[in-house]
Amino acid sequence: MLVSNLEILPNRKIEAHLGLVQGSSVRSKHVGRDIMAGMKNIFGGELKGYTELLQDSRQEAMQRMLKQAESMGANAVLNVRFSTSSITSGAAEIYVYGTAVKLDDAQNHAAGTNQVTTHV
Amino acid sequence: MFEIVSFLVLLVVGYAFGSLAERRHYRSIQKLEIEFNSIPAIASRYPPVDKAYQQQLVVGNVVIASDYFKSFLAGLVNFFGGAVVSYESLLDRARREALLRMKKQARAVGADYVFNIKYETTSVGSGRLASIEVLAYGTALTPSGISIPANPGS
Repeated sequence: MLVSNLEILPNRKIEAHLGLVQGSSVRSKHVGRDIMAGMKNIFGGELKGYTELLQDSRQEAMQRMLKQAESMGANAVLNVRFSTSSITSGAAEIYVYGTAVKLDDAQNHAAGTNQVTTHV
Repeated sequence: MFEIVSFLVLLVVGYAFGSLAERRHYRSIQKLEIEFNSIPAIASRYPPVDKAYQQQLVVGNVVIASDYFKSFLAGLVNFFGGAVVSYESLLDRARREALLRMKKQARAVGADYVFNIKYETTSVGSGRLASIEVLAYGTALTPSGISIPANPGS
């Protein structure tokens, strides 16, 4: 599955637009991490636990989006955007969305057909 | 009395460790920025068409906590109004670090460029304790080894 946040794929033809696909994930940190984070707020520095947590959460949201795209028969998701909102002090929602499309075969690509397709 | 002492201790500890962490972080950022200069991050939405490129989404994120001294300073400025300089450097560090992590991913896939860079900033702290998350993402363009005629239209 091709995932990109560009709208244009030079050399590839978009055969069908399948519509918006999305995935979201809400996660909260456990208490131990919160205490560690409180300590870090005195000394400053990176909160590695939170960085990883948000990374995992983002990956999960992405997986959900890709699953949806797959079930629609797409082989690429274009114009992907992320959005993050902190819901309460302890939890954050990650939302990822994009346009599912069906591209022509990669063979055409390899043959060097130079068709520029714009995605609206 | 105890409260005043603990507040002053926290302030001094926060300043000492916070500025140490900041200096160390800036050194690492400057070193890595030179190293990753070979992969330009470009904010354009339109990919180059000189070669055939493979596209792939790359992301980098970081959560950075402010220290006690910075938080106190920000609170003070918040009262009088004005530029919160102590948080400006915090955000600057987070943005540059997130971009570097994104470029690291781009290098791992052998990219030439990263296009359509987007930043996202979220406050993830609870209450007065400020922590910020910065996410940087874009599309890595990896040459797929196929050359395209210079003037495809004719």
